[in-house]
Amino acid sequence: MKILVSAKRVTDPDARIRLKADLSGIESEGLEFKMNPFCENAIEEALRLQEVHGGEIVAVSLGADDATTELRRALAMGADRGIRVEAADQDLDADLVARVLVKLYEKESPDIIMLGKQAVDGDSNQVGQLLAEYLDLGQATFVSHPGGSTGMNSGDPGIEIDGGVLKAMREVDGGAEIVEVDLPAVVTADLRLNEPRLPKLPNIIKAKRKPLEELTLADLGVDATLRVKTVSYANPPEREAGVTVATVEELVDKLVNEAKVL
Amino acid sequence: MGNVLVLADYAQGQLKKGTYSVIAAAKAIAAAQGGGFDLLAVGNGLSGSYDQLAGYGAGKIYTVEGPAFENYTAQAWASVIAEVAKAGGHTVVLAAASAIGKDCMPRVAVKLEAGMASDISGLGDGGTYIRPMWAGNVLGEVEITTAVHVVTVRVAEFDAAPAAGGASPVEAFNSSFDAGSLKQRVLEFKPTVSDRPDLAEAAVVIAGGRGLKSKENFGLVEDLADILGGAVGATRAAVDAEFIHNDYQIGQTGKIVAPDLYMGFGISGAIQHLAGMKNARVIVAVNKDEEAPIFSVADYGMVADLFKILPELNERLKALKQ
Repeated sequence: MKILVSAKRVTDPDARIRLKADLSGIESEGLEFKMNPFCENAIEEALRLQEVHGGEIVAVSLGADDATTELRRALAMGADRGIRVEAADQDLDADLVARVLVKLYEKESPDIIMLGKQAVDGDSNQVGQLLAEYLDLGQATFVSHPGGSTGMNSGDPGIEIDGGVLKAMREVDGGAEIVEVDLPAVVTADLRLNEPRLPKLPNIIKAKRKPLEELTLADLGVDATLRVKTVSYANPPEREAGVTVATVEELVDKLVNEAKVL
Repeated sequence: MGNVLVLADYAQGQLKKGTYSVIAAAKAIAAAQGGGFDLLAVGNGLSGSYDQLAGYGAGKIYTVEGPAFENYTAQAWASVIAEVAKAGGHTVVLAAASAIGKDCMPRVAVKLEAGMASDISGLGDGGTYIRPMWAGNVLGEVEITTAVHVVTVRVAEFDAAPAAGGASPVEAFNSSFDAGSLKQRVLEFKPTVSDRPDLAEAAVVIAGGRGLKSKENFGLVEDLADILGGAVGATRAAVDAEFIHNDYQIGQTGKIVAPDLYMGFGISGAIQHLAGMKNARVIVAVNKDEEAPIFSVADYGMVADLFKILPELNERLKALKQ
């Protein structure tokens, strides 16, 4: 079993992102960067699958030099080797990322490409699906653990693999769907697929010696033309400050007579 | 300029009201580019819902029905949507940013060699799209550089299109989709059973967070929702603690809601949750921590112990509603 997983570098998911005063982009001063939380779920699931089925895990990140931090984290979690494709975030769209992954798929021939369902910066939720279509593969997106939080924490994978087919539970509107997908397949991880492990110190040290390949778009023969460009940014409308109420009686009065919502 | 194609949003064969918000977006795009719009319904046994689509001004309603479309799969839907868009010469293809739209529309984009804008909240000038990024803390204006555009719509951000009268003709589209080519299959659907209104469509949303402490206590939130005829929502923390099913999660990666009234109990207001509810018309927050970030977006805030407040509130509102 060979699994290609994503390890995207994103702005701290818990930071309140603000735009620069001139609206040219986000204010990066003092901002920390971390691994995309959904990618951590993808890596954790790959590791759990490897514990059951063996094989190799290759972590991939598109980014500048600093994205090496997230790849090393993936390696410290337990991935076997890493590939960084040199690219600046503003020169990428989901389509270009997917086309890079097509080339890496052709190079590596994995059984599963496991990605986070979305990145918490662009919030596009496209790459896995685009990739599956480019490769004419089946997809299981928004996959969570069929065992609920107990299963999530059990250490067992949420995805079953048997006879060239994977079985997974997807979170969809109005319930959950159990699907099967022929391998090779594209999977995108939701947060309730598992509880990602924290890298242990000896593994962080070991990860520094694991192989990390660096490639460019030119090496992969990918055309860098974008289909989607972000042309400007704006702040969302601010809400006016509210009031504090002291009693339930006052709250109900406000809702009935002032806000008129009851 | 070409026409707009709208995928009618069905979940388990039921037409979702969000479809009317997508129609509103389609009409605005069509007006800007001087064209019209068509609807597309894909499934099996949907014909009973066509009259709910007929009076909104669509040029036609394409339908693709049959046993092969009993269960949704991304591969099947993407094939059909792309086929219809090519045959109809549509230049913009729209769907709700629902579980189905999010799943299949990127595949449509590849088939149509189109760029895709996800989860748009508005339209820019000159054919651009406005979309929330960074959990809604930034609005990005995106330009799609390809001839065809594929777009999913955040339905809470567009008012539903009003019925326009008339009756759009229904045209059964003869799809060449081959079910034998599917590499994915649905084995089972496990519905979330609820008598309450759909979270994404409800006028009143009562939400609970980690502060409820247990599944039993979460019942207080559900009681209030029932008193007001509203939907129940939750934070990721409450879902992870299994107070309630994940179908009720509000936020960046859950449901986006914009009800007339949102009331949050025991919710601190993490960025990811605020991303899903801060466009509610009226926001009420009850939390014992006065520093809780949810108070920054609340119209009415109460710094108090929810276990004292909720029972009293439920009693008062029950009396009010009788």
